[in-house]
Amino acid sequence: MGVIFDNFSLYVDGFLTTLKFCAFALVGSLIIGTVIAAFRVSPVPPLRWFGTSWVNVFRNCPLTVVLFFCAFGLPELGINGEYFWFGVLGLVLYTSAFVCEAVRSGINAVPAGQAEAARAVGLTFQQSLSIVIMPQAFRTVVPPLGSVIIAMIKNSAIAGAFGVPGDLFDVGEVLTSAQGLAAVPVLTGVALGYLAITIPVGLLLGLLERKVAIAR
Amino acid sequence: MSSVLYDAPGPRAKRRILVGSLIAAAGAVVVLVLVTIKLDQQGQFESEKWAPLTDPSDPRFPLVWDLLGEGLQNTLIAAAWAMLFSLVIGTLLAVTRVTAAAWYRWAVVGVIEFLRGIPVVIAIFFAARALPELGVDLEPLWFLVIGLTAYNSVIIAEIVRAGINSLPKGQREAAESLGLTRGQTLQLVLLPQAFRIMLPALISQLVVVLKDTSLGFIISYPELVRTAGFIVQNLKNPIQTYLIVAVIFIIVNYALSRLAIFVERRLSRSKKSVAGGPAETIALAESSMAAGGVAGGA
Repeated sequence: MGVIFDNFSLYVDGFLTTLKFCAFALVGSLIIGTVIAAFRVSPVPPLRWFGTSWVNVFRNCPLTVVLFFCAFGLPELGINGEYFWFGVLGLVLYTSAFVCEAVRSGINAVPAGQAEAARAVGLTFQQSLSIVIMPQAFRTVVPPLGSVIIAMIKNSAIAGAFGVPGDLFDVGEVLTSAQGLAAVPVLTGVALGYLAITIPVGLLLGLLERKVAIAR
Repeated sequence: MSSVLYDAPGPRAKRRILVGSLIAAAGAVVVLVLVTIKLDQQGQFESEKWAPLTDPSDPRFPLVWDLLGEGLQNTLIAAAWAMLFSLVIGTLLAVTRVTAAAWYRWAVVGVIEFLRGIPVVIAIFFAARALPELGVDLEPLWFLVIGLTAYNSVIIAEIVRAGINSLPKGQREAAESLGLTRGQTLQLVLLPQAFRIMLPALISQLVVVLKDTSLGFIISYPELVRTAGFIVQNLKNPIQTYLIVAVIFIIVNYALSRLAIFVERRLSRSKKSVAGGPAETIALAESSMAAGGVAGGA
C-alpha cells in the first residue's frame, strides 16, 4: 500500500479530475435526457420518433464507440478541442438515453386517473403538470435515476481509458505502464478512489429515496 | 394516443399538433441538410472512404469485411463466455447470500458491494495487469472474460436474489413442510421459478455484457472495436468504419432487447407464471434497466 501514499498527490489530483469530469457530464446528461424524455412523451409524432431513435441508438451502442466518434470523428469534421470535452460530450450523449428512460418511466408510472382528476377539477395543462404529475413522477424517478448516475460515474473511467488526462483511471495506467509499479496496489488505490465517490453518492441517493418515498 | 399528460386531442389540438409536426420535421430537415453539407465539405462522401466498406468490387472489400466478421465473432465469443461464467457464479453468490448464516453473510455482501462499486473497465484492467504479476499468464480473451465475469456476476447475483425474493412465501413454506432440505428447496422449487421470472432481466444483462466486451480494446483483445481501429489506421476513414461498427452493435443489441420484451410479455401472459402477475415482472424489468444503467459500461 506504500505506493498509494508515495503518489498520494497524484491520486488526489486524479480523484478531483474525475469529480470535475462527472459533474459536467451529470449536468449535461440530466438536461439533455430530460429534453429527450419530453420529446418522447410529446403529442407531436416527429419529436416522439426523434426521441425514440435517440434512445435506441445510444442505449444499444457501446460507450467506447460513442467516444471513438467524439474523439476521432469530430476532428475529421474540423471540430477540434480538448480531449476532456470530447470525453464529456461522449458520456453525456450516452447517459442521456438512460436518463430519458428513467424520467419517462417515472411519468408513465403516474396513474392516468391522477391527470384526469386534475383536468376534471379544472387545472390547466401547466398546473396539472407542475402540481399533480411532476411531484409524483419525481418520487418514482429517484431510484432508477440514482442507478443511472452511479453508472455514469463508473463509466467516466472508460473516458479515462481513452485518455482524458489525469483522471483516476489515467493515474492507474501511468503508474503501472509508464512507471512500471506493481499493478495490485496501484489499481486497488484506483478502485478505492471510485468507491469513495460511488458509495457516498449511493448512500445519499438512498436517503433521498427514503425521504420522497410514498406508499401507493 | 392517450397519455397521462394530455387528453385525446380535439380538432383544434389536432391542428396545433399538425403545425408542430411540420415545424419539427422542417427543423430536422434543415439540420440534416446542414450536417450533410458539412460532411461533404470535409470530403466524407468520397468513394475513397466508403468503397472498401460498401463496394464489393473494391479489392479491399473482402479483406475489410473478413476483419469485421472476425471482430464480431471475437466479441460474441467473449460475451458468451462472460455471460456463462457470470450466470454460474452469480447464482452461487445469490444462493450463498440467501442461505448464509448471519456471521459470514456480511462478507458475501461486502464482496458484492465492492465489485458493484468499481468500474467494469477497472475490473478488466485489473485482471489484465495483476494476474500476470501473480504468475497467471493467459490469452487476452480470458483476462477480458475474467474482468467481465467479476463485474457482471454480482449484478446477476442481485437479479437472482430479487427473483427468489419475489416468489410467494408459500412456495418455500410448502417445500419445507414436505420435508425438503434447504438445498433441495432452492434447487427444486425456488430457483426454477426464479429463473423464469428473471429471464427478461438476464437477456437485458446480456446486452450490457455485449457492449462491455468492446472494452477489450484496452487489453488488445481483437474484438469488433479494435479490429475497426486497425481498419481505420490503414484506410483513414474513422467516421465511416465506426458508423458500420455502431450499426452492427445497434442491430444485435436491439434484437436482444426486443427478445427480452417478447419473453417478458409471454411470461406475464402465461397462467403458469408464478410471479404475482405482470407487476412483479415489470418491477424486475425496471431493476434490470437500472442494472443496465449500473453496468451500462461502454
